[in-house]
Amino acid sequence: MLGYLTLILVCQLAGEFITGAMALPVPGPVLGMVFLFVFLMLRGHVPDGLDQTADGLLRSMSLLFVPAGTGVILHFQLLGEALLPLGLALVVSTLVTIAVTGLLMQWLGKGESAENGDG
Amino acid sequence: MDSLQDTWVYLSASPLFHLTLTLVAFQAASLLFERMGRNPLLNPVLGAVLIVVAVLVLTGTDYGTYFEGAQFVHFLLGPATVALAVPLYRQWHRVRRSALAIAVSLVAGSLTAILSAVCVAWLLGGSEAVLASLAPKSVTAPVAMGIAEKLGGLPSLTAVLVIVTGILGAMLGPKLLDMTGVVDWRARGLAIGTASHGIGTARALQVNETAGAFSGLAMGLNALATALLLPLIWGGIVWFLRS
Repeated sequence: MLGYLTLILVCQLAGEFITGAMALPVPGPVLGMVFLFVFLMLRGHVPDGLDQTADGLLRSMSLLFVPAGTGVILHFQLLGEALLPLGLALVVSTLVTIAVTGLLMQWLGKGESAENGDG
Repeated sequence: MDSLQDTWVYLSASPLFHLTLTLVAFQAASLLFERMGRNPLLNPVLGAVLIVVAVLVLTGTDYGTYFEGAQFVHFLLGPATVALAVPLYRQWHRVRRSALAIAVSLVAGSLTAILSAVCVAWLLGGSEAVLASLAPKSVTAPVAMGIAEKLGGLPSLTAVLVIVTGILGAMLGPKLLDMTGVVDWRARGLAIGTASHGIGTARALQVNETAGAFSGLAMGLNALATALLLPLIWGGIVWFLRS
């Protein structure tokens, strides 16, 4: 378990370092995800311990957004002033984006899922 | 009695208190969510944030003091993002087969997220700084803040808008996808991840592994797509809105 947590941190650190040094437009952890993915490709399977470590992190992923969300208290005033444009923009945009992306992906991906009988 | 009071004053400002508060608030919000038949309006992230905000306001605690404790939870966001490689690897055979569909849907979704948000806020009289803070709101927080800064927005406002967008996507997304007849787990995951990044992905992972993997993939790809596209088209958007 500890070994694989170390591997995850090493991937993240490498990601942070490279995105920072090369001023890439992706966040370090996303590049770290790519590194861990490459590791899995080379290994050819997911080792048991990594499975458990990743599962533990991902099962409680929602919790990890609470501290950042609490940052809302820094912006009470600004949010109050622009409540209507911001609130409506967020709701409409989130709904339209989900519908457009979902319908398009389902439509474009139809052939693949039908011929393989999954999805 | 005095020593009790002193101990409380000491502890209530300590990192341990705010770390525990974060966990207890989330457990309480999750319990409520489960007990009420997973009603989307009781989203655990939203519930936990409301509880923590209430406690901070009532005790007069500033965000910096709170964050000293909460940072231990916040820190794990990075490792959790890296760990998304595991479900992605397990679902890779599905991802590879639909690579073109994913690319087209993702770019369409990314542009929709930007343009729809900016248009609605502009019609309702949002200032240019508000529009610039809003434009990258579907992208994971660190990237969104960087983009907002480039466009002349307020990065810390963007962080809040990103979180609210994530909660909205996790709350309303599954119901909307049911209503529009999107039953393909790949499409459901891709839609949630494109619109509402990590918070949507966390929710998708709890429902279905295929949806979770596609959502995590969409989150990463949309961060890249928006970071590349938005600065390019922003000049055009501002010119169009001014004319």
